[in-house]
Amino acid sequence: MIDKVVSTMEQAVAELHDGAAIMISGFGDAGSPHELIQAVIDHGATDLTIISNNAGSGETGIAALIKAGRIRKVICSFPRMAASHHFDAAYRAGKLELELVPQGNLAARIQAAGSGLGAVFTPTGYGTQLAEGKETRDIDGRMYVLEYPIHADFALVKARAGDRWGNLVYRKAARNFGPIMAMAAKSTIVQVSEVVPLGALDPEAVVTPGVFVKKLVLASSNAQPAAA
Amino acid sequence: MNMQRLDRNAIARRVARDIPEGAYVNLGIGLPTLVANYLPADRDIFLQSENGLLGMGPAPDEGNIDWDLINAGKQPVTLLTGGCYFHHGDSFTMMRGGHIDICVMGAFQVSVNGDLANWHTGAPDAIPAVGGAMDLAVGARQVFVMMDLQTKAGECKLVRACTYPLTGLACVSRIYSDVGVFSVGPDGARVIEMVEGHSLDDLRAITGLELEIGSER
Repeated sequence: MIDKVVSTMEQAVAELHDGAAIMISGFGDAGSPHELIQAVIDHGATDLTIISNNAGSGETGIAALIKAGRIRKVICSFPRMAASHHFDAAYRAGKLELELVPQGNLAARIQAAGSGLGAVFTPTGYGTQLAEGKETRDIDGRMYVLEYPIHADFALVKARAGDRWGNLVYRKAARNFGPIMAMAAKSTIVQVSEVVPLGALDPEAVVTPGVFVKKLVLASSNAQPAAA
Repeated sequence: MNMQRLDRNAIARRVARDIPEGAYVNLGIGLPTLVANYLPADRDIFLQSENGLLGMGPAPDEGNIDWDLINAGKQPVTLLTGGCYFHHGDSFTMMRGGHIDICVMGAFQVSVNGDLANWHTGAPDAIPAVGGAMDLAVGARQVFVMMDLQTKAGECKLVRACTYPLTGLACVSRIYSDVGVFSVGPDGARVIEMVEGHSLDDLRAITGLELEIGSER
């Protein structure tokens, strides 16, 4: 019997290693798997590359990972936020590298990794600083920039509910990067608010099919993210 | 020059007037979110938010805030009846793939041919952040910019060529400002509409450009 549900956060992140590239779902705090991120801090892995839309705010989530000095590089679209002081300080001190990627290119590069594509030609960023040094091509009279996939060893994803085969549904705008990151990483670890029996999720409404999921763990708190 | 200028709400109201029934619209973070307050209730207009909402509604009452339901600026919003959620791949397929009719963004500078600079001041100590601006610039069918025509220091933001780092090339079609509405594009900048009390000479003086009155393109 296949049961992807593990009982502790510690088991969920047991395979993590130094130098890992980790995708983290979320747009701001919505959809950010804060309990899994705390488990990464407790695990001790360091020298990490984090791929996420933002670079943390306040004192929890990615901000806490930065504060703990575990991150070597951040690949994101929007690091500057109201309370991104931990990122700001580490970046200004030269303690972490930033690769700034337009949000749609971030999504496309994650999707390219998940779907086995070698690269994508995207119009986004053409003629700007963020495309400097990159290969370009005229396709049917429009200019495109060659962008390579972003691969990851792990994806940490927050979903509303999942079953033991790893099928997932999300909650409102907390879905954001979760489904595409789940497809892109070698190993996807999901924090859910509810584990449901097989058959409880409407097959027509499953957002992430279980094939993309390695482990699920029940979050101890069902709380929605607090105000930033 | 002491001329009448529209405040940010009046500019937002003016933008809203040009958004037709049935339009799929993305409002950028900051000033453009004000446009939502002036969309007439008798028109079905679909607001898209990059973080996975179509049919975005107004801010909730204090008691109904749900932090899983936010806009691109990470402020709490609501979903209209009939609205839906989707992931980031689908969201940027909408934005980059030409499925959004109009996006409204703020700007540091817009050039007469429609180049847009709105993501980075270029200051060496600034932390850069781009979000979805570059995707909207190339992907929306029409890019409207909403801004005061001058900086607080009095520098004109409609320029011959942008000096700030670019967001997109030749992508803006119209500028809604505190002194008037301009079209920009391959034929240069033209004045579509002037705020009452302004003359063409006033706008030429502010911009330093040989502006002419143009018709809607």
